[in-house]
Amino acid sequence: MDDARPLIEVENLRLSLPDLAGKPLIGPAPKLEILKGLSFAIPRGAVLGIVGGSGSGKSTLGRALIRLLEPSGGAIRFDGQDITHLPEADLRPLRRRMQMIFQDPLSSLNPRRRVGGIIGGPLRLHGFDAIDRRVDEALDHVGLPRSFRSRYPHELSGGQRQRVGIARAIALRPDFILADEIVSGLDVSSQAQVLNLLEGLVADLGLTLAFISHDLSVIRRLCRNVLVLHRGEIVEHAPTAQVFAAPRAAYTRELLDAIPLPDPDQPWG
Amino acid sequence: MLDGRGAIRRRAGARLWLSGGWLLLLVTVALFAPLVAPQDPLAQDLMSGRLPPFWSAQAEPGFWLGTDSLGRDVLSRVIWGARVALTVACIAGPLTALIGGALGLIAGFYRGWADRIISRLVDIWMAFPPVLFSILLIAVLGTGLTSIILAIVVIDWTRFARVVRAEAMNQGAMDYVAAAQVAGFSRLRTMTAEILPNVLPTLVALLSLEMGIAVIVEAILSFVNLSLSTDAPTWGGMIAEGRTSIHQAWWVLAFPLVALFLTVLSFSQFGEGLKDRFDPVLR
Amino acid sequence: MSALLDIRNLSVALKGGPRLLRSVSLSVAAGEVRGLVGESGAGKSMIGKALLGILPRSVEVVEGQILLDGDDLLGLPPAERRRRIGQRAALIPQDPLTALNPAHRVGPQITDRLVDILGWPRARAEARALDLLAEVHIPDPGRVMKSYPHELSGGMRQRILIASAFAAEPALIVADEPTTALDVTVQKQILRLIAEMQARHHTALLFVTHDLGVVSKVCQTLSVLYAGKVVEETTVRDFFRAPGHPYSAALLAATPKYTDPDGSLTPVPEAVIAAVRAEVEAAETEWQHGRR
Repeated sequence: MDDARPLIEVENLRLSLPDLAGKPLIGPAPKLEILKGLSFAIPRGAVLGIVGGSGSGKSTLGRALIRLLEPSGGAIRFDGQDITHLPEADLRPLRRRMQMIFQDPLSSLNPRRRVGGIIGGPLRLHGFDAIDRRVDEALDHVGLPRSFRSRYPHELSGGQRQRVGIARAIALRPDFILADEIVSGLDVSSQAQVLNLLEGLVADLGLTLAFISHDLSVIRRLCRNVLVLHRGEIVEHAPTAQVFAAPRAAYTRELLDAIPLPDPDQPWG
Repeated sequence: MLDGRGAIRRRAGARLWLSGGWLLLLVTVALFAPLVAPQDPLAQDLMSGRLPPFWSAQAEPGFWLGTDSLGRDVLSRVIWGARVALTVACIAGPLTALIGGALGLIAGFYRGWADRIISRLVDIWMAFPPVLFSILLIAVLGTGLTSIILAIVVIDWTRFARVVRAEAMNQGAMDYVAAAQVAGFSRLRTMTAEILPNVLPTLVALLSLEMGIAVIVEAILSFVNLSLSTDAPTWGGMIAEGRTSIHQAWWVLAFPLVALFLTVLSFSQFGEGLKDRFDPVLR
Repeated sequence: MSALLDIRNLSVALKGGPRLLRSVSLSVAAGEVRGLVGESGAGKSMIGKALLGILPRSVEVVEGQILLDGDDLLGLPPAERRRRIGQRAALIPQDPLTALNPAHRVGPQITDRLVDILGWPRARAEARALDLLAEVHIPDPGRVMKSYPHELSGGMRQRILIASAFAAEPALIVADEPTTALDVTVQKQILRLIAEMQARHHTALLFVTHDLGVVSKVCQTLSVLYAGKVVEETTVRDFFRAPGHPYSAALLAATPKYTDPDGSLTPVPEAVIAAVRAEVEAAETEWQHGRR
């Protein structure tokens, strides 16, 4: 494998979805263009922040990157392989290598499965051995007691559920993880814990991470580069420090200015 | 929080025990009808017609719930009638659930053309008036237990298909389904191992309800004399006969009616109770 | 100074279950903006709900008083209580998408309350609604009055709900996480708007939020809740200079600040959680002892 080559390359990525609200009585719904020709790359071991408001297309972009959605144009290459239009059956062997952590851990954990099954199921599918040991290790990694194997998701707190989501993703030893707004539903105390945990895991396991968020303040600590999306287009893609120190796009400036800092002296007019 | 949940559980418990108790009793007497029934349900004795129930002064020992106009023992006929009712419920219910549930699951999870075909079929099916439809079916198939069961399955599968389809669509929108796809699980495995367990509580509750409905349908068809032979003991047949002598012998109508009512109610309550009691997920 | 709202020793519990609010006391003066801060499950929304008489059915008030203008709302007959609340208090809800009835036009949803509860003539109520929609910077209020909610954006709907809350000139408004569902840029506009309306109408505000950043921009005073108990009550200025309770300090430290790249992500330490939990439990034991 060529280590100099980025793990993920995106070229002129376009994606349209049917606009059901605008559907005429007869005939197909018109297409709504969500992603309008995006190009960027994620190098191996990098952490890329993807920021934008609602309707910016950030979640759609994330789901296209791991091919939960099929792009309508352009190309996505994963480790040099073009996966843009790969059928689901051919994607399956690649699935182990690209994982996702979801926004809402309650919705993303099957309510009728125990934690052990949620983490162990994918391991079994991909032919891992010593499933029990790997599940225990994954729980250790995310700082949950091993006894949680026999718990159901609804018996856990929000922060604990999100850790299970992380454990499920890292247990497969993937190369790439997509984290979609993973702390936006959590209280600040668990938010900080989950972010610190993720930061440690990325370093320890040498993961490549795309971190989607609407909140620039959680991006700063975690990400080396930031990509700002606005209405399906990249308005800024730069090193994090630069984005915070001297944002070039007007929209980035606007996003930064809108964040209420916990400080009554901050001018915020 | 735990205490509040406990209170809800206790109520569900009472409902479950009462309805389950009645159904258990009914199943037992139906299974052992030849041993339990005090009289031969078909034996006529015109000399002892229209005997009142046991608490009345004119009652005769051995005929606990009285006799009908032909002198047949009402209790024994109710017990043998339970056999017919439960046979229909226990075969027609699960069969309907299996067919309707499978089609609903496929339509709701796979969507696309499978959904279009199944949904149109359901729409067309539901445009037929169900009672006329069943009478028509019996007319074609001929009377008998098999025909009744078949009629119920053919008519009622749409109920399961609609509910399960909607529920499968709800569940399909949850992220745990996307998570299964990210893990690399096949569509079929996702449907059977992820969606089905989450649809199952609804399916079980609906099945129990359907078994009650099957009992009613059997009674209706017997009432209009479209089920078994005329003198065979069925609740619907007894109600039909009792109707003609309601002023002289109300008990001929009342006891099968009460049995019918309690059974249908118990089936619906039993399903809901099961769902509340054994579903690990709080709603 | 007699307060506009004075909540004394309010305890709310699940019917036959544990307390969700534990002897909460707080007061709000006329025109004051008080933040109610806490993490999920702290009971911060429950206070507003108890005050407005919209507690869920599974929950009941076990003890305490809610004095509005000096009268205990809990002691009033239900009809009188509803009338009093309708006249003097209002709610800005969390989710603008579900708070408006999709089956009705926007206009009547603002005016019906004025007509039915306060007995205003319809023409006066409509004139008032038009004024208020203009006040919350909605262009073409006449057209918006005739629109259905689904024709309007989330930010627009939240403006309508704000206008509606101010319609009857209430003395007190409960804002229950009013910007949580919105984008940051829209949040800023909405928060400014709430502040502007509050200042112009001199309305007291009980501002429920989990976001300390928002508190620092909007509130003058705040109460920090943990597990249904007020652990700190202070002014915003003092709080952000030097939080008085270790739990408050930890909460503040855990709040991300983009200006401060490295020191911002300090999780609330286990020891702090254990200490505040022990404090709440001790108070609970004492309370149960006092009841016996």
